[in-house]
Amino acid sequence: MRLPLLALLARGPAHGYELKQDLEQLLGSAYPQPNVGQIYVTLGRLEKSGLIEGEEVEQSSRPNKKIYHLTDAGREALRAWYEETADEPRVRDEFFMKLALAPRTGLADQIALINKQRREYLNTMRNLSKLAAAESRDNRISQLLIEGAMLHLQADLDWLERCQEELEELE
Amino acid sequence: MKRVTPRATSRSATSRTAPSPDAEDTRSPGGEDTPLLRAEGLVKTHYGEGAPAHAVRGVDLSVRQGEFVAVTGPSGAGKSTLLHLLGGLQRPDSGSLWLDGECTDAYSEARWAVERRRRIGIVFQFFNLVSNLSVADNVELPALLAGLSPRQARAERELLLDELGLAGKERSMPGELSGGEQQRVALARALVNHPQLLLADEPAGSLDSKGTREVTRLLSRFHQRGQTIVLVTHDARLASAADRVISFFDGRIADDAVLDTTPARGTGISGVLELRD
Ligand SMILES: Nc1ncnc2c1ncn2[C@@H]1O[C@H](COP(=O)(O)OP(=O)(O)O)[C@@H](O)[C@H]1O
Ligand SMILES: [Mg+2]
Repeated sequence: MRLPLLALLARGPAHGYELKQDLEQLLGSAYPQPNVGQIYVTLGRLEKSGLIEGEEVEQSSRPNKKIYHLTDAGREALRAWYEETADEPRVRDEFFMKLALAPRTGLADQIALINKQRREYLNTMRNLSKLAAAESRDNRISQLLIEGAMLHLQADLDWLERCQEELEELE
Repeated sequence: MKRVTPRATSRSATSRTAPSPDAEDTRSPGGEDTPLLRAEGLVKTHYGEGAPAHAVRGVDLSVRQGEFVAVTGPSGAGKSTLLHLLGGLQRPDSGSLWLDGECTDAYSEARWAVERRRRIGIVFQFFNLVSNLSVADNVELPALLAGLSPRQARAERELLLDELGLAGKERSMPGELSGGEQQRVALARALVNHPQLLLADEPAGSLDSKGTREVTRLLSRFHQRGQTIVLVTHDARLASAADRVISFFDGRIADDAVLDTTPARGTGISGVLELRD
């Protein structure tokens, strides 16, 4: 949450609720939205570490709201974020350990494990398709997020297929 | 779960004036509970150059009216052979196949050819369009062969091409179209006679990500209107559009899973969509 919030503040000052709305608009309904509480907590932390600064603004009928802006240190942190490349996703290690160790435990059949995992992935894939269909086609960013998730899942499913091919030969 | 088959009725405005009863009526003569497709003990071995290939090794399968079934599995698993058996393009070494309650074991090649015009539509990975016929003629040809008048065939063709976003392309030749467009023409051709059953063998196999999405969307749409579909695909995204996914390995069904029909919930999805710092 920290860096996306910094990135949203790069354009200009904003208060917590505005940031939440910005994020929602950008990523669409597909993205599990952080609640406003999470956003305020993160903003508080960012302020403590000197990356942003808040300014109390009086409101006539409501409690004061805090408008945040990026500090120089914040802008630097953001720049560093853009400098580095992101980590690559990892193979589902928990499932892989289960699969690898199954014969030693005598508690689960490898092919049955793969079949079960495949069902889970296929259902998730199906739900992602539905999300994509429900989300506005014009929200490119949101559609790309869903498509990215689907392509990852596709790769996981292809890999399950490879596991099954190899392991069935042994049977 | 029962489904109505609105396709036959919703398009009745343009339907042929003298319908052949079997082509127009998509209800099961064997009753609502008769599966549209039933296979028992299907076996098919190919004898080629090298060792015999045991492509299909004992398959039992039942597909209900209105169901959308995907068959996935690695290359060489026997998926295409299975689909060819279901469409009568190849004959099993043993086992039996029932179409809408009717045993097909004694069908001649000619009878199968008729079924593939009337009751079964097929699309393939490489579209298999007639390259020296226009888009319009490719779609109208099977309608004419099935006995529609030229006027009726044209009306059906116009409706389908329109629906598939190909209006304006009717005079194009297949070679002038993108892969995605050619596959949509192939889909129109397969559906022009309102077949009860649509068979599709890797329909997105030679398409890019966008083309795959397009085919997925169209198959889902036809399925929602009651079209029964059996689809062979490598693509999990395409497969997940189905109600049921059969995993095929080494000539056999390894798993047969009915997918969630409930609307999208948070579970499972939120995790894969979460963006992390
Ligand atoms: N006409 C054929 N002649 C000989 N072997 C074939 C023929 N068709 C398929 N095979 C073999 O049968 C097996 C299954 O092929 P296929 O049904 O095409 O699988 P899939 O569609 O899952 O890739 C493969 O080993 C393939 O080489
Ligand atoms: Mg194949």
